[in-house]
Amino acid sequence: MKTVLETRGLSHTYSPGTPFEKKAIDDISVRLYEGEQIAIIGHTGSGKSTFIQHLNGLLNPSSGKVLYKGEDVFGSKEKTHSLRFNVGLVFQYPEYQLFEETVFKDIAFGPSNMKLDAKEIDERVREAASFVGIDEDLFEKSPLELSGGQKRRVAIAGVIAMRPSVLILDEPTAGLDPSGRTDILNNIKLYGDRTGSTIILVTHNMDDAADFADRLLVFSKGKIINDGKSSDVFSDAEFLGSIGLDIPKPTEIATKLREGGLKLPSHIYTLQALKTEILRLKKGGAELV
Amino acid sequence: MVPSLFKNVTLGQYFPGDTVLHRLDPRAKLIFVFIFIVALFTALNWCSFALIFVLTISCILISKIKMKTLLSGMKPILIIILLTAFLNLFYTPGEPLFDFWIFHISKEGLKKSILMSGRIILLISGTLLLTYTTSPIALTDGLEYLLNPLKKIKVPIHEMSMMMSMALRFIPTLIEEMDKIISAQKARGADFDTGGLIKKAKALLPILVPLFVSAFRRADELAIAMESRCYHGGEGRTRMKQLKMKTADYIALALAFAVLMGAVVLSSFGL
Repeated sequence: MKTVLETRGLSHTYSPGTPFEKKAIDDISVRLYEGEQIAIIGHTGSGKSTFIQHLNGLLNPSSGKVLYKGEDVFGSKEKTHSLRFNVGLVFQYPEYQLFEETVFKDIAFGPSNMKLDAKEIDERVREAASFVGIDEDLFEKSPLELSGGQKRRVAIAGVIAMRPSVLILDEPTAGLDPSGRTDILNNIKLYGDRTGSTIILVTHNMDDAADFADRLLVFSKGKIINDGKSSDVFSDAEFLGSIGLDIPKPTEIATKLREGGLKLPSHIYTLQALKTEILRLKKGGAELV
Repeated sequence: MVPSLFKNVTLGQYFPGDTVLHRLDPRAKLIFVFIFIVALFTALNWCSFALIFVLTISCILISKIKMKTLLSGMKPILIIILLTAFLNLFYTPGEPLFDFWIFHISKEGLKKSILMSGRIILLISGTLLLTYTTSPIALTDGLEYLLNPLKKIKVPIHEMSMMMSMALRFIPTLIEEMDKIISAQKARGADFDTGGLIKKAKALLPILVPLFVSAFRRADELAIAMESRCYHGGEGRTRMKQLKMKTADYIALALAFAVLMGAVVLSSFGL
């Protein structure tokens, strides 16, 4: 697998030299590969948001390096600027950043900043809108007229329209209802699968992380304390609990059932897997009640 | 957690501290400054001026505000101070002291120039000291109390001071919001740094529109939150922090009054 993004000894300190000095991330070295679907989990204030803002060059590291396809992101101003088109970042509550008169123009903001021609922009806007499930008859509406969930989709489309090869989303499902949550996660996954882009999902929600990612980065106190396959990370509930994180609901249920005597395997962390395992047991004639 | 581009903005210029000056009742401080200003304008000669000068200096020392902060606060009106000094110096007729080409400096002119510019400097120091040592909220509270009599003639004092405290309360929130919006638009490749004036002004649009939208949204939400807690204006409303005049406050007022009297007496005797 090819490396897309790499950090070397990345550290960031806020307000250095003042009483408010705070080390947000501390000596982070990690490689992210092409086409991976990664979830970053961690407690509030664990440095997740600071970390991702380095990946697209919004924050300058206090020390350390960020490399995009082997090139130093902070090498020159132009490089940092063009990086933002390759590493798309969707902030929390992105719907508050919509500003154009129409949905179409708002999605087109990123591509037009890339100085593409009108035809190319048009094509990308339509493509991005279809990825997030925004109908073309909404294009001429004002983004302020849309519902909360639709606004969120439009905002995400605005970043997808730049066709980033790495897409980072900070809590994209916060404040959405369950069906909106599943829809958006599926849309994002679809984008990753179709384009081969690397997707990074920052989340508090362990179920989201379990449904979505193959690889988990666990942040605590500015460091990555665990980096591995979802099944491995979630199998250690005690460890996750010790840093203030939960395990996914299906894992919890499976653990309880195992304690009750059912012979379920230990690596269940999605609802789908739980369902399959239980059905398999039932077929085998096990007593379920 | 978002680092602020604007974190250096001193809001209301308040410097928290725990000196006598910080602890005084805001009403006492407001009246003190008012008397101070009156005294400043009754001081017409060296002696009375010196009296007020000493008062100001001792207040600065007590407040532990650095001279540097005070001077930097005076920067915006530096030009006015210089202009006053200049005009008074050259355009006051009287006993000639210095004559060269078109420049004529008189004895009276020199005195007037020093006193006038000194007066402005002291005036600014006094008011700056007030805002440096009093939190904006305390200041609006004090103002509300003092302006209370105006309610008799239907001036909506409570509403005005409520609006003022809310505006002050939301400045940091809006700054934080603006920071987030700037980052988000930058992430979409917005460029705020290059181009001419018109291009830069246009580049502000993606920041200002969401900022206004969110300011209105917040105002709406705040209004609903206040109403659902039965806010219905100032009538019969009590406060969490009751203002209470203490001995120190009365002493401060007496001191201010004594200085005013002193200035009047010294001026009228022409010392």
